[in-house]
Amino acid sequence: MKKWQCIVCGLIYNEAEGWPDDGIAPGTRWEDVPQDWLCPDCGVGKIDFEMIEIA
Amino acid sequence: MSAPVVIVGTGLAGYNLAREFRKLDSETPLLLITADDGRSYSKPMLSTGFGKNKEADGLAMAEPGAMADQLKAEIRTHTRISGIDPGHKRLWIGEETVYYRDLVLAWGAETVRVPVEGDAQDAIFPINDLEDYARFRAAAAGKKRVLILGAGLIGCEFANDLILGGYEVDLVAPCEQVMPTLLHPAAAAAVQAGLESLGARFHLGPVLTRLLRAEQGLQAHLSNGQVIVCDVVVSAIGLRPRVDLATAAGLQAGRGVTVDRHLKTSHVHIYALGDCAEVEGLNLLYVMPLMSGARALAQTLAGTPTAVKYGPMPITVKTPVCPLVVSPPPSGREGIWSVEGQGADIKALCHDPEGNLLGYALTGAAVLEKLALNKQLPALLA
Repeated sequence: MKKWQCIVCGLIYNEAEGWPDDGIAPGTRWEDVPQDWLCPDCGVGKIDFEMIEIA
Repeated sequence: MSAPVVIVGTGLAGYNLAREFRKLDSETPLLLITADDGRSYSKPMLSTGFGKNKEADGLAMAEPGAMADQLKAEIRTHTRISGIDPGHKRLWIGEETVYYRDLVLAWGAETVRVPVEGDAQDAIFPINDLEDYARFRAAAAGKKRVLILGAGLIGCEFANDLILGGYEVDLVAPCEQVMPTLLHPAAAAAVQAGLESLGARFHLGPVLTRLLRAEQGLQAHLSNGQVIVCDVVVSAIGLRPRVDLATAAGLQAGRGVTVDRHLKTSHVHIYALGDCAEVEGLNLLYVMPLMSGARALAQTLAGTPTAVKYGPMPITVKTPVCPLVVSPPPSGREGIWSVEGQGADIKALCHDPEGNLLGYALTGAAVLEKLALNKQLPALLA
C-alpha cells in the first residue's frame, strides 16, 4: 500500500485507507481511483494534479 | 541573454503555471514577481486552518528559495510592479525596467471592502492570502467571538472552521439566504441549519454600519439597530479581480482582465490567468478553472498554441457540518429546478426544457451522487 500527495493542496491519499466518504474502499490503489474523483480538499480533478509517491 | 517569461503573482495560478511550463520547457528564463513573501501555499487551505489548528507557517508548503530551485526560476518577493509598457514588451518596478518575452498576469483578486464608521476599523480583517491569514490568526489569538461580514461561500467556510477552532461566530449579510448567487434556497437552508446547529448565529438582511471599541471587545452596530458584541471581525464580502495596472497599460478589461481562449489579453505577448482573468466572459474564482488554464497556457508559452477548455466545474464547499457540492447552471440558460430530500440531505437539480441537466446543489448525504451527476453536466467552455 502506498500514499500519494496532491501537490496543489498537500492532501494525502492513503491507499490503505481509501476514501470511504466518496465510496472509495480501503485498499483501493491510486490507479483504480475513478478518473473523475475530485480532491476533497481543493476540488481539482485526479487528472489535474500530480501525485507524488511519498511512502 | 534572452528576455524571460515573466509571471506576476505566486499564488496557485503563478506557481502552477510555472510548474506546468517547466515540464515542457526547461531552458527559457523564468521570472516570477510577487508583492507577497513568495511562499507556496494552497489557498483553499485557508478555509480549514483553524479546525486543523494550523498557523500560517504550517500552511506554507515551500519557501520561495525552494520554489526557485524547483522551477529553475528567479523569484522576486515583496516586489510590486508599477506599470506595463506593452509596446516595448517591458514593465517597471519603480524606476527599474524589466523586459519580457511573454508576460502573464496572475495577480489574483482583492477583497471588497465596504466603508464602516467607528474607531475599530483596524479590527476588520479580510483573508485572501497567507499573509492575511497570519495577521488574522495573530489578532484572533486568545479571543472568543468572531463576527463575519458576508454569508457567501467564504463566509460560510470560515464560520464552520472558526467554530471548529473554538470560536463563537455571528454572521451579518444583506441577503435572504447563505450563498445567494451560488445556491438554490433549499440547499442554502440546509447549510444554514447545519451551521446553526454548531452555534453560528445568522443576521441576514442588515449590514454593519459602525464598529466601536468597548470596554470588553467591540460593539458592532447593524443597520437594523441591533448591536453585536465581538472581539474581531472577518470581512468576507467578496472578491474583485485586480485590473488597474492592466487597464492603465491599455489592456481591455471587464469584470476581470479580458482574455480569449488562449488566455491572451488584447495585446500580444500578455496573458492573464486565474482570479484576475475573464475568459470569454467567465471570471471563475476557483482552483479547477485555474488549473485548466495553467495547463493550456503552459503549452501555448512552450510553442504549441492551446485553447483552454472548461468541463463541468462543480464547487466543493468546505462546510463539513453539512457537506455541499454545487454546480450552478451556466448563466443565461433557462432551467427548471426540482428539489428532493429533506433536512440536511438536499438534492436540487436544474434541467433545461429538454430534460438535460444544467446544474445542481447537493448537501449532506446527497453529495455522494456528485460523481454520477457530473457526467451529465454541460461543459462551461467546450
